[in-house]
Amino acid sequence: MGKVFSFHGGIHPPENKHQSTQLPIATAPLPKLLHIPLQQHIGAASKACVKIGDKVLKGQRIGDAQGDFSVPVHASSSGIVTAIGNHAVPHPSGMPATCISIETDGQEQWIAHSGLADFTALSSAELIDYIRDRGICGMGGAGFPTAVKLHLGDHHIINTLIINAAECEPYISADDLLMREHAEHIIAGIDVLQHLIKASHIIIGIEDNKPQAIRALETAIAGCRYNIDVVSVPTKYPSGGEKQLIQLLTNIEVPHGGIPADVGIVCQNVGTVYAIHRAIAYGESLISRVVTVTGDGVNKPQNFETLIGTPFSALLEAAGYLQNNTSRLIVGGPMMGYTIDDLEIPVSKTTNCIIAASPQEMPAPDPALACIRCGQCEQVCPVQLLPQQLHWYAKSQEYDKAQQHNLFDCIECGACSFVCPSNIPLVQYYRHAKTAIKEEAQDKRKSDIARQRFEAKQMREQRAIEEKATKRKARAEQAAKAQAEKQKVAQQPPLDSAEQQQLLKQQVSAEKLNVEQLQQQFAVLQTQSNTEASAIQLGDLQLKKAQLNLQRAEQALLSYQPADCAPDIDIKKLKVAAAMASTKLKKAQRALKNAQEKSQPGIELLTTTILALEKTASSANAAYSDASNHCLATCSTNPVSTEPATGDAKKLKIAVAIARTKLKRAQAQLSKATAEGADNLAELAQSVTDLSAKLSTAEAAFKVTSAPIQTQPTGDSHPSRDQPDLKTLKTMAAIARTKLKKAHSQLEKLSVEDQPDHQLLAEIARLEEKVLKTQASYLQAKDSISSQPDAEQNKAAKQASLEEHLQKTLSLFDRAQQALQKAEANKSPAVEKMRISIEKISTKLAAAEHALQQHNSSQDQE
Amino acid sequence: MISIVMSVLVLLGLAVLFGLILGFSSIKFHVAGNPIVDQIDGILPQTQCGQCGHPGCRPYAESIANGEAINKCPPGGQATIEALADLLDVEVLELDGEHADIPIKTVAYIREDECIGCTKCIQACPVDAILGAAKQMHTVIIDECTGCDLCVAPCPVDCIDMLPIASNITNWKWQAPADPQQVFQQIIATDKRPEVELQS
Repeated sequence: MGKVFSFHGGIHPPENKHQSTQLPIATAPLPKLLHIPLQQHIGAASKACVKIGDKVLKGQRIGDAQGDFSVPVHASSSGIVTAIGNHAVPHPSGMPATCISIETDGQEQWIAHSGLADFTALSSAELIDYIRDRGICGMGGAGFPTAVKLHLGDHHIINTLIINAAECEPYISADDLLMREHAEHIIAGIDVLQHLIKASHIIIGIEDNKPQAIRALETAIAGCRYNIDVVSVPTKYPSGGEKQLIQLLTNIEVPHGGIPADVGIVCQNVGTVYAIHRAIAYGESLISRVVTVTGDGVNKPQNFETLIGTPFSALLEAAGYLQNNTSRLIVGGPMMGYTIDDLEIPVSKTTNCIIAASPQEMPAPDPALACIRCGQCEQVCPVQLLPQQLHWYAKSQEYDKAQQHNLFDCIECGACSFVCPSNIPLVQYYRHAKTAIKEEAQDKRKSDIARQRFEAKQMREQRAIEEKATKRKARAEQAAKAQAEKQKVAQQPPLDSAEQQQLLKQQVSAEKLNVEQLQQQFAVLQTQSNTEASAIQLGDLQLKKAQLNLQRAEQALLSYQPADCAPDIDIKKLKVAAAMASTKLKKAQRALKNAQEKSQPGIELLTTTILALEKTASSANAAYSDASNHCLATCSTNPVSTEPATGDAKKLKIAVAIARTKLKRAQAQLSKATAEGADNLAELAQSVTDLSAKLSTAEAAFKVTSAPIQTQPTGDSHPSRDQPDLKTLKTMAAIARTKLKKAHSQLEKLSVEDQPDHQLLAEIARLEEKVLKTQASYLQAKDSISSQPDAEQNKAAKQASLEEHLQKTLSLFDRAQQALQKAEANKSPAVEKMRISIEKISTKLAAAEHALQQHNSSQDQE
Repeated sequence: MISIVMSVLVLLGLAVLFGLILGFSSIKFHVAGNPIVDQIDGILPQTQCGQCGHPGCRPYAESIANGEAINKCPPGGQATIEALADLLDVEVLELDGEHADIPIKTVAYIREDECIGCTKCIQACPVDAILGAAKQMHTVIIDECTGCDLCVAPCPVDCIDMLPIASNITNWKWQAPADPQQVFQQIIATDKRPEVELQS
């Protein structure tokens, strides 16, 4: 027998345990429906891993643990999942939470399971995971995941294992009965724990009001290989509190904010130890527990081995529920439990007791009076707090002071409320203050995040503005520079076209070089396996940019070249050449004449030169006339061919309009003349007929020209135009609806103020009409789209896209070939590469043509 | 005579010395910014709603430090006013103007079927809590929403609702017990309890 110490305070409420210890543990009846809550432990709720309609077996996992601080949930019996959703759960709020409802089939068919033959063969990490997978959490009340408690850090050296069998709260006898009937199983469970923890000292702490349980345990430990002490502690509430029991048995106080492992102690509830034994020895998950059903509201108060998820109504029924004799139903003990209203609330892993209390047993609390500062609460507080001070601070919402008085060390045992002569619900104040402080802290966290986000957004906006400003500045500078250069250029003789071309070529080659370099770099990057994806992406992006630059430069060069051989420059040159040739010829002829007159020597030479000069002059002249003819032709044809037909149509339209007005004027004149009986009637009539004839011809011409223009765009763009139309219609409808809503709200406001506004009413009527109209048109548009034969539309669209693709490929091919020619002319090193790419493009082109042909032929066949 | 001159000189010398020390330390230990602004900003709820007439909580904190009234923060409510009064040692005021009732915490929800993807609410949100792109449906990141209302007005189709934060089992909190003194504060020893209370 170990030595027993003591803790401060404590109370001795009436025990009321004998009622439920008369009968052995009974097995609760199997209910029709089990509601298994997904959160029965502290930490993250489990996540359902079955669907509605699934058949589940007893012990099958139905909820997966979410994160480390969580445990899975298992089906308590075989059956079919009928619902996954909100259902009442045992919680002081009385609010629903997610439960998995199982309709039991009565067969209690187990999923295949077997215990561990030798748990010592497993490493402790594996064993802890095994315990966690069996859904085991603390069964004393809080539901702390057992695996978390066993998974100790390196800095925790455990020398004492304490098994909490005190069960200090009145009425509850579940652990008592469990120890009486399953003492040897509990000892086997301790064996497993000891294997994990390797403590030097094992103590079972048990209150001295359970002599039978103590006897059973002492018999059971006789055969155990470890040295286990069963220490009976004096009956005093709350000796079953973890920290209080530790102090009772070891005289060590767990420090503020610490855990028992910090002082070398692990404490486990006796129910948890039993569950661990079931899991290790038989492979059974935690699907049932012992629940005390007691109080004057039941005929046969006793303990039940109950499946998790069994509704309270079934349990109460089994215990002989006397509804008329029950004033309130309490879950947990009378000190720390809470009242519930819903009988369909299911048993969870932490439900240890249900009390159906009669009005005499637990009368409604007397109205609270003012605190008289008697100090009794301080004397009974097991944590040595100042409940009275805490009460004042909690009441006046001075939470920081409450925290200074260690509010969070309060274990909410209710001893202070129990002794308070003024019936002040002290614990309720503390609970409220605790949640309020937690909420404040959360709000603070949230507002800090909001501030960070706000500041980030502001910085971003500021940066954007600055960037814009610098860009604008740079643009302005560039524009000014360009202006200055232009002026300079205007003053200086213009650059030789050849020079300019050279410049452009240089630019192109520089870009090419850049692209090549980047390509090489990119290739290197790709070959290196350790480069990140982002780096590759960046490289790709750079490469693409460079290629784009190259394309642009090439285009500039291309577009420059035709300008370079522009006809007027050419023609001028040719003209000059021709003129020079003819002057030279003339000079030569004059020289020949002189020579002939003076009969000088070298006449023959001169004649040959003249012949040659004649030849050049004639050829130059011919070239000049040729070029000028060509230029004329292009100049005259170009505008005609490039001018769109729309221009013609416009002109014609104007002509028609003019003709019409002329005709009208003439007609007016004619009518005037006839009225006045003027003598030039015949003339006027003649002009009117002339004009009408002109008008008709003009109109006909206009129609002819405009017809193809009108039909072409509508025919082409019809399928593609429907979509945006529909969207704009939808938006219009939405906007109209909103306007109407706003007007309505305005009207309401006005009508509240008794100021009926006729104008507003008229406006609303108009808006309503508009809404109807827009919606009708929207619907119509939608209908028309849906009624169109989809296949046809698809085909047309496909053909269009194919044609477009072909066109694009063609233009690409052209461009590539031009680039190749230029490269060949420049003897660029990239010629080979370009050839390869041109080949590729040509294969693509062929493919595109083939696709189009195929499409057309398939259409033809249809 | 000489002693008077000496003492005056000594005092002058001391004055110069201490002046130098003070001047040096005022430069050496200079505090950048106004620390009270940070404290005020810490009390304000950081909804960045602008209902105080300032573009965000920090500008309001700065202007409070410069003497503006402390009762212009509707999201913070009376609790914030009291905290500010406590910090600045000024009188507690009633909440200013039209938002005088206790604020219920709300968050914005976009009715996603009606959203036309105009991005106007995204630009209005001070904490980047709305997600979306042009012509794409938008949605609110509920955890980041501060309930400031600023996105409601710009919406052209009125598809944003401010809904109170739903109470559930995870954010449920214990209610404070009814104050017993409110019932009995007028009762002295010779008074009787009200009949109703006796029956219950």
